[in-house]
Amino acid sequence: MVALVEVSGLHVTAAAEGGEPSDIVRDIGFSIERGEVLALIGESGSGKTTIALTLLGYARRGCRIAGGSVRIGGDEVTTMSPVELSQLRGRRVAYVAQSAAAAFNPSLRLMDQVTEGVRMRRLMTRAAAEAKARDIFRALALPEPDRIGARFPHQVSGGQLQRLMAAMALMTDPELVIFDEPTTALDVTTQVEVLRAFREAVRERHTTAVYVSHDLAVVAQIADRIIVLRDGTMRETGPTSRILSEPGDAYTRSLLAAATPKVQAPPQRPQMASAPLLEVRGLMAGYGPISRQGRLATPVLLDVSLEIRAGSALGVIGESGSGKSTLARVIAGLLPAAAGTLTLDGVALAPSLEARGREELRRIQIVFQAADTALNPAHSIERILSRPLAFYHRLSRGEQRRRVQRLLDLVKLPMILLERLPSELSGGQKQRVNLARALAAEPALILCDEVTSSLDTVVGAAILELLAELRRELGLALMFISHDLATVRAVCDEVMILYAGQVMERGPGRVVMQAPQHPYADLLASSMPELRPGWLDGIDATRLAEARGETVRPSHSDRCAFVSRCAARDGRCETEPPPLRRFAKGSDVRCHRTEQELLARQAA
Amino acid sequence: MSDTAIAAPRRRRLSATRQAGIALVLAWAALAAFGPYLAPYRAGDVVNVGVFAPMSAAHPFGTDYLGRDMLSRILHGARYTVGVAMVATVLACLGGVALGILSAVRQGWTDSVLGRAADALISIPHLMFALVVVAAFGTSLPVLIVMAAISYVPGSYRFARALALDINAMDFVEVARARGEKTTYVVWAEILPNMIVPLLTDFGLRFVFVVLLLSGLSFLGLGIQPPNADWGALVRENINGVYEAAPAVLVPAVAIAALTISITLLIDSFSGRDRTGRSREGVC
Repeated sequence: MVALVEVSGLHVTAAAEGGEPSDIVRDIGFSIERGEVLALIGESGSGKTTIALTLLGYARRGCRIAGGSVRIGGDEVTTMSPVELSQLRGRRVAYVAQSAAAAFNPSLRLMDQVTEGVRMRRLMTRAAAEAKARDIFRALALPEPDRIGARFPHQVSGGQLQRLMAAMALMTDPELVIFDEPTTALDVTTQVEVLRAFREAVRERHTTAVYVSHDLAVVAQIADRIIVLRDGTMRETGPTSRILSEPGDAYTRSLLAAATPKVQAPPQRPQMASAPLLEVRGLMAGYGPISRQGRLATPVLLDVSLEIRAGSALGVIGESGSGKSTLARVIAGLLPAAAGTLTLDGVALAPSLEARGREELRRIQIVFQAADTALNPAHSIERILSRPLAFYHRLSRGEQRRRVQRLLDLVKLPMILLERLPSELSGGQKQRVNLARALAAEPALILCDEVTSSLDTVVGAAILELLAELRRELGLALMFISHDLATVRAVCDEVMILYAGQVMERGPGRVVMQAPQHPYADLLASSMPELRPGWLDGIDATRLAEARGETVRPSHSDRCAFVSRCAARDGRCETEPPPLRRFAKGSDVRCHRTEQELLARQAA
Repeated sequence: MSDTAIAAPRRRRLSATRQAGIALVLAWAALAAFGPYLAPYRAGDVVNVGVFAPMSAAHPFGTDYLGRDMLSRILHGARYTVGVAMVATVLACLGGVALGILSAVRQGWTDSVLGRAADALISIPHLMFALVVVAAFGTSLPVLIVMAAISYVPGSYRFARALALDINAMDFVEVARARGEKTTYVVWAEILPNMIVPLLTDFGLRFVFVVLLLSGLSFLGLGIQPPNADWGALVRENINGVYEAAPAVLVPAVAIAALTISITLLIDSFSGRDRTGRSREGVC
């Protein structure tokens, strides 16, 4: 049988301004059998999306397919006329993009958008198209498949929107579907469900698919074969199980190693007896006016308490909207708390920036997630790093220069970067500069807000290693905010799990990870994709039902925030706020259930 | 050696349109500065008994309705057209940018008051506003300049405020705030440098509007008063030459058009770079 897709000698170039065109990808050759799922894996800039797009006969602006052949079902794509291409695209080959939120028109109903392609091409009547769409909604496990089409994009969740986009792609029963990082922007608990839905749909329909991703664990669940890409060339190709168990290429091995971060040994046992460096009690924060009952109009954090000891690291985990970034902003003073106390070394901290002293500001530094926007594009690296030195330490020019060089050394960046602008640095380099700027203040505590999430796995792993090293050398305390359990486990001594602005579980890292856990912590832990094929099949129906639940907004209410998604709920959960209790295993858990009850459930 | 490696990526070759734009704008600036010294005659000299004379070697642009040398009139007028518009635009943009940044950084009621005031002012058509001001205060250079400046402050204010609001919300500004920096530092070092390119674009555009406003006013006879004349006034006084196909009416009109077009050319090359500058460099 002839393969559906045959690519050989593919070469894509980008036109440089006035110069020689440069290669984006070169010498790419592979074939995909009917019904097979092929994964293209690599870091950003590896050319994975570029290759996937050539299957649609498309090259991004400024790029050109310079050579080679791409055949789909025997038809050469690279030489097709625009008319032939429009026959191909969306009909025989469909594309599911990374950000569904950006791909939907916010002012049209979902059904109209899902069926637009087939109606435009007059392949089906409206009634037939809508009936088919409902079938696909059902296959993708979307809630209320008969009615969801009448909603607008903002009325469904991110995970649902991503599945609706897949539904749009499947409308014409395409021979080939291209998934371009379709779950990267989703929370872990949502990702499980979306992945599961995609895989079921692909299996049922025997769809041939190309799955583009940077995440090996995700790919392991869905792909039959993997191609590992780096800098536009193929490094390794083979069946999924072989690539995962016996990687042949050194680069594949480094990818695999980065996917499971090493647990960094804590620098020294933090003395539990010593007074905490930062103490937060009963913190409430949010937006809008405060009512007479002391309630905020739009609360984000409700009653959060935590302690960070000198030299220790606290991990804060939560999904988007759980209030974890807000927590960092409140501690840094960027958003004044509405209630609660902050103390630094036993001295009360004022809620707002203006009321804090320069020395207090210096001791707590914040590092933002997006290094792209956290560095002023108009300032050179030297200027960015010198400013805190001049501001906090009032150093002379010469002294500043020496310190800046030492800082660059500390974060392992070459000196030649000093004169560059942030736009001339790579993502990982920017994040290092971002860290170096915080270090320049010689702080006692650094608040790291998702510092590795926008980076490639290998680069992110290097940043984590750097953080651990800095802790060892400088005795820094960290508050490490992340949505990724594995990262937090690798970096932190203590872990705190936030959900809807409340602490659900808090305790020493190892203790929080062991049973029994708060039902939400348990859900999070079991939603992290594991690096073995078949992990996705092992997830039971209850889990999926929990994962399907929508994240609730923080609110002042008398029920447990997690009740709508909890498998262990009972009558009290709807009417009483659960207490935060110390369990015998050593962590605080906010749940009505006793330790024995939870243990019995989670052991089963 | 390492120096060249660092400087290289930042040096960009100027596009042809930008080069042309810069050259033309410099030429106009030179004309405004040195025009009167280059002019063969004084502005008021009647040099030829023939009125509306055609182009000739002695009078390259012909003569006007009184028989004055058109080339000299244009050269003398350049100072009024380019100079007055330049001063008025600089004032308008300085005021607009200062108020816009103030609005974006302070927010709250400062923003509300300034915003509503700008709305009120912007709702009055520019030419109408100019006519009222001239009717009330008479016409003189300072009145014209202040009038043009005031009527273009609100537009510049709105533009600067929108820009500053965007930048104000960026993480690097938050970082500076969290560091404890004063508002003045945040504005000068963090916000302003990132506004320069779009502000220059806006400046150019506004300059063109001011030129057209002043020329319009002069055309109505309310701008620069005789015997001096800016280009708008030159069109008006020679309007009867239209029937004789005299260059006297054509040349100042062409000069206004050429000035505005060359500035627009420069602006376009700015905004063009702004739109694609990053994508041209980035990985495809």
